[in-house]
Amino acid sequence: MSEAILRMRGISKTFPGVKALQDVNLEVLRGEIHAICGENGAGKSTLMKVLSGVYPHGDYDGEISFDGEECRFAGIRDSEKRGIVIIHQELALAPNLSIAENIFLGNERAKRGFIDWNRTNAAAADLLRRVGLRENPVTQVLDLGVGKQQLVEIAKALSKEVRLLILDEPTAALNDDDSAHLLNLLRGLRDEGITCVIISHKLNEVLEVADRVTILRDGRTITTLPSEGLTEDKIISGMVGRDLDNRFPPHEPTIGEEILRVENWTVHSPTQHGRILVDDASFTLRRGEIVGLAGLMGAGRTELAMSIFGRAYGTGISGRVFKDGKEIRLRSVREAIEHGIAYATEDRKRYGLNLIEDIKRNVSASALGKLAHRGWVDDNEEYKVAEEYRRSLNIKAPSVMSVTGKLSGGNQQKVVLSKWIFTDPDVLILDEPTRGIDVGAKYEIYTIINRLADQGKAVLLISSELPELLGLCDRVYTLSAGRITGEVPRAEATQEGLMTLMTAGQEARK
Amino acid sequence: MSLAPTNADVAVTVTPSPAPSDGGSGRFNINLRQSGIYIAFAGIVVLFTILTGGDMLAPQNISNIIVQNSYILILAIGMILVIIAGHIDLSVGSIVAASGAVSAVLMVDHHVAWPLAVLITLIAGAIIGAWQGYWVAYFGIPAFIVTLAGMLLFRAITLMILGNRGIGPFPDDVRTLANGFSSGYFGNVGLGALGGADLFSLLIGLVAVAGIVVTQWRSRAGRIRYGQTADSLPLFIGKIAVASLVLMFVIVQLARFRNLPWVLVLLAILVLGYTVLANRSVFGRQIYAVGGNLQAATLSGVKVKSVVFWIFVNMGVLSALAGIIFAGRLNQANPTAGNQFELDAIAAAFIGGAAVQGGVGKVAGAITGGLIMGVINNGMSLIGAPSEQVMLVKGAVLLAAVAFDIWTKRRAGASR
Repeated sequence: MSEAILRMRGISKTFPGVKALQDVNLEVLRGEIHAICGENGAGKSTLMKVLSGVYPHGDYDGEISFDGEECRFAGIRDSEKRGIVIIHQELALAPNLSIAENIFLGNERAKRGFIDWNRTNAAAADLLRRVGLRENPVTQVLDLGVGKQQLVEIAKALSKEVRLLILDEPTAALNDDDSAHLLNLLRGLRDEGITCVIISHKLNEVLEVADRVTILRDGRTITTLPSEGLTEDKIISGMVGRDLDNRFPPHEPTIGEEILRVENWTVHSPTQHGRILVDDASFTLRRGEIVGLAGLMGAGRTELAMSIFGRAYGTGISGRVFKDGKEIRLRSVREAIEHGIAYATEDRKRYGLNLIEDIKRNVSASALGKLAHRGWVDDNEEYKVAEEYRRSLNIKAPSVMSVTGKLSGGNQQKVVLSKWIFTDPDVLILDEPTRGIDVGAKYEIYTIINRLADQGKAVLLISSELPELLGLCDRVYTLSAGRITGEVPRAEATQEGLMTLMTAGQEARK
Repeated sequence: MSLAPTNADVAVTVTPSPAPSDGGSGRFNINLRQSGIYIAFAGIVVLFTILTGGDMLAPQNISNIIVQNSYILILAIGMILVIIAGHIDLSVGSIVAASGAVSAVLMVDHHVAWPLAVLITLIAGAIIGAWQGYWVAYFGIPAFIVTLAGMLLFRAITLMILGNRGIGPFPDDVRTLANGFSSGYFGNVGLGALGGADLFSLLIGLVAVAGIVVTQWRSRAGRIRYGQTADSLPLFIGKIAVASLVLMFVIVQLARFRNLPWVLVLLAILVLGYTVLANRSVFGRQIYAVGGNLQAATLSGVKVKSVVFWIFVNMGVLSALAGIIFAGRLNQANPTAGNQFELDAIAAAFIGGAAVQGGVGKVAGAITGGLIMGVINNGMSLIGAPSEQVMLVKGAVLLAAVAFDIWTKRRAGASR
């Protein structure tokens, strides 16, 4: 087991103006699970793209040897032929095709140019059994949840006789159950002799599943360590180059009067007739307070938030909303913004930003009226405002004319926050504000959230990371299957306690 | 009202990041992508000037290019907004025909006073646009389908109105707007070797140049006052000088021929108005936001449906205007009028740098794209090329323009 299956030596890769990788070394042993950790922009994904042939030989410096042979891949097909398969964070499945069709896409089970459906579906069923997915191979992929889609991707990799499986943030979009299943599957694959490389921000998972960990920082290899005896703090200090004594900034809340009260809020599914997404939920927010909303994937957290935010999601919405004690009606996003409510989405690329536009125009998008006189926008004021946010929120970009699509996740999130802070809201609903963001940027986002609360705003924080809720929130509501199952003050909150409430009543409803 | 961020004190406890200097190569790429279209236009003009031995830039020919392409350019202005919003309009050719027919029936058959008839026709265009905007924005049918249906519907309506005949002639005022020239209010002045030229046209040209210089200078001063990057003074002066020279050259040539075509005046007003609308108005910004990311725009409080609806209304009005001008120029409303105009307008927008996915494009780009096709048409007919060759070249130019756009985008993307 001590023999190396993969050696990458002295890998350097330069983009115009940026050294993405500098003399990176990576050694992966046969049959191990090897984790790569690093902040966003540390070069993890670039390194994997070099390995899988996305950047062909000649596009980078350095040597790659796989199984003792030097490799010069001209493209992904070359690396796949050798058994190196990469599964990207954004899954690459065709939603309208069946599971079986997706598994054998580009690799069809065919006889004389015609697809042999019996063989295709039977082979797919075998693979699904191996990955522990109990679904019919002819099911359309769009009917599957993200967790199951991830398993289809792995089945697809297995169909290519994978020997080195690379997973980029495999659990970022998964709930805890699905994550646990996936990690178990990886262990199983390891025992079958398949080597795995995983890139992950979830350090607890890294420690749980990986045999060894390589840490990258600023495009360089910092170290490779066996995971035994390693702690999250040690990994973090390697990733950021400093010790993080505290992952959460200290904060003394000054909590004022109630600012928002939601009563008996019920939301129905817009696609599945009669399905209740949020069931009779009631909660309150107070000035200066950071309130958490905990729930598993599918509990209805986002649906609850978006339906309040001007009915941006769901049908058959009923219930009442009070702001400063007065009932308000929020029939459109515009009305919600005018009533001082802001909602920063969990999916900033799809729902939060205009990625082809610059920072400036994204920051102003929700409150253009503030920059306009009689319908005409003042360009210069817009620049000034955006520039002030770039400085105060520390958005790392050459200028506010930089296109948001080219920023890292953390900086994109800061642009989203700037946009909503500029609407001058009283209530901010932040949906997974630190998803896919590196540790350093997370700390900055936490600081911003604390400052917003200090200004007397109320923050509703939706997060899948329980430590984040415990570290930041003054109070936490738990949501399970659309119902609010608990309200826990900070002093009494524990991860175990919240998890119990988050899963409460699930079985009874099935 | 204070426009400064109300929460400047959300500052994070980090040293302010000094703006890293931008890589020079990146800036060049952006410039190439934005100005490539103008360079290409200049190149095509120079090419045909050489091929035609200078006839291309002769006074009468410049006038012809403007008058002959005016209706396509008007359509291109509307089309670029539709395309920026991420939609398409295939029906504009048929709307041109239908509105020409409506105006002819009003003015010729019913002797309605021409200003009223023009107004009614424009309103009819707005109603047609509202009809299509409703199906696209509020009912959610893809614009491709709605306007493909519209292409048939409005052609059918045209045939119902006109039967199989043309209606004409149009009142003189309408013909003047479409085809006529300003009169020499102040007489002629001698320009030495160039001969006599219309003083009024020259004065208008000088006023326009002064306007360009003043507005550009003020805009630059504003940017500098706010600490934004601005062109260096020599570069700025150079750009202004080139623009002024080109403008004055065109004006002088026109003044030597038959003064200013009225459609040029109309076009200038439309181009200016719509450029400002697209760049500076809240509505214009929302068009880009909708095309750039529909969901993000929705969740930012943009009334997406209403924006799309009004873009189609606008397209309808501009199509009606183009219809009146086209009919006035032919002096007849014709059942086959406007055939395939939609394709020219769409091609103009894409040659001018619009993106198929939406969110990108400029009014000036669409106008330049339209002029490129106009110059190719005109120049190739001057050198006596058969029409199949003209088609061949136009097709190749459209493909090349979009290929270039995608290529530069990919290069910019790869530098990530």
